[in-house]
Amino acid sequence: MATVTGSGTLPESKRTDAWWVQPLGIAVGLLVFIAYATFRAFENDLYLTTQHLASAWSSGQVADLLSPFYSPLFVVDWKIFGKSVSPALLILIFPLSFRLTCYYFRKAYYRAFFLKPPACAVPSANKSKRWTGEMFWPMAFQNLHRFTFYFAVLFLLNHLHDVYKAFHFVDGWGMSVGTLVVILDVVLLSLYVFGCHSCRHLVGGRLDCYSCDALSRTRYGMWRKVTFLNQRHALFAWISLIWVACADLYVRSVCAGVIPDVILFKVGHGG
Amino acid sequence: MAKTITLRVFRGDANGGTTQDFRVETFPGMVVLDAIHVIQKEQDPSLACRWNCKAAKCGSCSAEVNGMPRLMCKTRVDALPTDKPIEVFPLKTFPVIKDLVTDVSWNYEVAKKIQGLTLADEGSKEPLRMQQIDVDRVQEFRKCIECFLCQNTCHILRDNERKDVFFGPRQMIRLASLEMHPLDVADRTQFLKEVAGVGACNITKCCTEVCPEHIQITDNGIIPLKERVADTYFDPVRKLLRWVGGRK
Amino acid sequence: MANYEVFEYDVLVIGAGGSGLRAVIGAREKGASVGVVTKSLLGKAHTVMAEGGAAAALGNYDKEDNWKVHFRDTMRGGKFLNNWRTVEIFAKEAPDRILELERYGAVFDRTPEGLISQRAFGGHAYRRLAHVGDRTGLELIRTLQDHAVRLGMEVHMETTLTRLLKDGDRIIGAVGYRRGDGSIVIFRGKAVVLATGGWGRMFRYTSNSWESTGDGLVMAYEAGAVLKDVEFMQFHPTGMIWPPGMRGVLVTEGVRGEGGILRNSKGERFMFNHVPEFYRAETAETPEEAARWVEDKKNNRRPPELLPRDVVARAIYKEVKEGRGSEHGGVYLDISHKGEAYIKKKLPSMYDQFLHLGDVDITKQPMEVYPTVHYAMGGVDTEPEECKTSLRGLFACGEVACGLHGANRLGGNSLTDLLVFGRRAGEAAAEFAKTEGHPETPMDQVEEEVELLMRPLQGGDGENPYTIQSELQEAMQEGAMIARTEESLKQTLDKILELQRRANDIRVAGSPAFNPGWNAARDTLYMLISSELIVRAALERKESRGSHWRLDYPNEDEFWSKHNITVRKGENGEPVIEPRPVPEMPEELKKILEEGA
Repeated sequence: MATVTGSGTLPESKRTDAWWVQPLGIAVGLLVFIAYATFRAFENDLYLTTQHLASAWSSGQVADLLSPFYSPLFVVDWKIFGKSVSPALLILIFPLSFRLTCYYFRKAYYRAFFLKPPACAVPSANKSKRWTGEMFWPMAFQNLHRFTFYFAVLFLLNHLHDVYKAFHFVDGWGMSVGTLVVILDVVLLSLYVFGCHSCRHLVGGRLDCYSCDALSRTRYGMWRKVTFLNQRHALFAWISLIWVACADLYVRSVCAGVIPDVILFKVGHGG
Repeated sequence: MAKTITLRVFRGDANGGTTQDFRVETFPGMVVLDAIHVIQKEQDPSLACRWNCKAAKCGSCSAEVNGMPRLMCKTRVDALPTDKPIEVFPLKTFPVIKDLVTDVSWNYEVAKKIQGLTLADEGSKEPLRMQQIDVDRVQEFRKCIECFLCQNTCHILRDNERKDVFFGPRQMIRLASLEMHPLDVADRTQFLKEVAGVGACNITKCCTEVCPEHIQITDNGIIPLKERVADTYFDPVRKLLRWVGGRK
Repeated sequence: MANYEVFEYDVLVIGAGGSGLRAVIGAREKGASVGVVTKSLLGKAHTVMAEGGAAAALGNYDKEDNWKVHFRDTMRGGKFLNNWRTVEIFAKEAPDRILELERYGAVFDRTPEGLISQRAFGGHAYRRLAHVGDRTGLELIRTLQDHAVRLGMEVHMETTLTRLLKDGDRIIGAVGYRRGDGSIVIFRGKAVVLATGGWGRMFRYTSNSWESTGDGLVMAYEAGAVLKDVEFMQFHPTGMIWPPGMRGVLVTEGVRGEGGILRNSKGERFMFNHVPEFYRAETAETPEEAARWVEDKKNNRRPPELLPRDVVARAIYKEVKEGRGSEHGGVYLDISHKGEAYIKKKLPSMYDQFLHLGDVDITKQPMEVYPTVHYAMGGVDTEPEECKTSLRGLFACGEVACGLHGANRLGGNSLTDLLVFGRRAGEAAAEFAKTEGHPETPMDQVEEEVELLMRPLQGGDGENPYTIQSELQEAMQEGAMIARTEESLKQTLDKILELQRRANDIRVAGSPAFNPGWNAARDTLYMLISSELIVRAALERKESRGSHWRLDYPNEDEFWSKHNITVRKGENGEPVIEPRPVPEMPEELKKILEEGA
């Protein structure tokens, strides 16, 4: 019936399911993105149709498209080792800090990269009786997520401006596939940014009583909407991350002449 | 229909232990706790485990099944692979008393330090007035059945053994239920930061993953608490506003 | 003589369920030092299983409701065997006890006005049950637990008390063991509050946990206390019946309250055929009216599914007995017509329970249900004002006490019972303790108990406690559950007496340290004695009333309508069963009953 196995030492029980699939997938996904984003940030080229496809632009064959990695558009004057510094490096700090302190991505990289812990009930790497998490500086930086959110909102406004410009052709207004790409980009980014935990706190999470006055009731309504997005925060975090890279890749491909920016319709000046 | 499975159960106490294999005949709908009961009844009545309601309402039968923290009464045997023995171990974060029973008294000790509901009109007998929309959040947290699976899974307590700095997800949920109570007037922000250690959490969300009551411990409890602590202690703009406004 | 650990308190509370914790609060507020002993961890007691709600005539929805209507409903439900004074106190104090819970931290569901929402339930004339979804018991015990911790009590978890200690006729403490290491512990209390809950483990189909062995009842009985009404066991009409591992687990009455329909294998809504004359006027006549009631309770009468529990349980028994049962020997309970969204919102834990453990999606399929042993109406005889038992220094409250529910309990009355009489018992015990000292511990009684406890561990072959328990459960299920006859009860009694003899030879292996087998050995003795008392009392009551249904005496009897049955231990250790007249009700209360007739 009952048989004794093992010796007198304390046996360990390990998870027998494929717990490593998720952290591995996340690690690979993030690394691919980081590799691509780094390459593009340093490339400092092929991000603006009006500049890189000047002739196509002036003949009305392409919309005014700007890569999200290089928005807002500005020129950096300084050079390092004789090379111009890419404006993307300065731009990307902001979305990067937002995603780095994002409560979803914290879970993702603490698990996938730092293995603290890699999965539930799987031993952490570097167990430490001195663990303090995010209690003290520099890790307490994570508590400033809300400021990165404020900047993310500014960036969204800027992206809206990019969308506005993407309807713009040299000889009129219209839409191309590229216009759709940047519209989708700003939509997905909005779904991600406005589902942020700090945003949720700000619009209504701070309140203890929602029914107490008219303003609180309004904020409750907003909080409900943000909560809806917040429950899907991880989903939008990933879709928006992937799409922002896709949008950049699209603009780069168009600029490089690899693919044409197919025009869907166009309305010339004056009809 | 009946199939025989093998359970590999931890046997031992504070001084160490081993595993023991038991063969058990299954019946339809059998859960791991049923299998343990069959062992107790037919093979070894001295096998120690905790249980009460057997309906996932009391949170007594917490254990680690195939390495995953679960309620034994909610874990179907037919949902587990049967080609290998099913491993049943005690909660790792707490000291073993015997077999599957662990000493969870720490959880009750820290709970004593939390200030309970504090009303503005303490001593009055008037009925409280609260709207459903104001208590929805609190009610989610009060679904907690104190199974301590979250405490067990939290790596801060489990791997890093920081019971000295962090009260654990269960108590965060308790604190959240009080902090978000529409009529509570106490402020536990400083307590959260300096005593309960909300900052120790790095939001890896395993507490949420194992919660049998599906409480969104991290998203609805711990993160909102962290944001409240940030309001008071980490946000320079709010500090400035408070200073300008003449408040603390 | 061995050296045992000793603890001393003004008030010793045995049991940390709702009534025990409320007694702690009552005693602490009166300034007594309090120790509370529980067999499980704190907050795991049976109270967490209560789903529906706590009845109190707050009148938050139905302004017509008041204590008098609650009094009338409870007396009618109990078939007038209740102690009228107990019910009067209960109905009057219930609203205060509920409201005070909110101030301790309980968060009930709300009405649009922001007050406590109240739910309709079987046998209650108005919407009366304060509730939190389908987990009201959890809310109640957690609230009391937190508040008792706040007031300061010493908790001894996982400690089983097995015998009350006596000094003459006074109870002065108890002895038992710690489950963790098996060590013997002595608790000395100037006053002792018995709050050990109910007993149902002697039946095969039961919603009760391992704890409900009748230990509190038997401890009091062995010490000489008078018991009452023990023949009345409540069968909750809807327990799960399939899969086998879930047999007996409760399906909340809330399912029927939200519009759930009972059907037999022919698809008939059979409850319409089982409406007793007594309830006909207040029960819907057609399925259409019953359906309307769910939305509009004021202008329609309630569905027959919400008749008192004994009526519904008997109807299900009959349907199955007459060959119209479901696949696994129950009947169908169907809520799927209410739609997925509604069910998930109103009955989330039922949905979860069936989906994961029963392989049934209740939003699409019917559940299979059968009556399950749920609650013990009888218990230790207590007087209503201070919950005093017949023994000095011993107070009792909650399910182990009796008098409130008579022959049948209304759903929702037990949670409030815990609050009302938990408080009274705790306060009275604290007052009693003020004028009493600690007599010397009677070591002869302690040693006698230790000898009994340790007997199963002396080695050698003997009976397995679990085998005896299974045989007992089989016998009680067959002969003493819903339908009883002289013959079935006598057969069951014979079996119990045989098992009692065999129980002397129970042997278990291992040490006393957290050894469920060893714990079960002592529990088995309690189960056997309490079963014997239930069956003997059931034999005595030669009529059908409330939950007690005698096939050989199918009608109510004039004599028994005015008598409770008491049980006490005779001078030679034999159970003495005696009828006792139900106390005469004052005129003004009689008038309340007549008003509603």
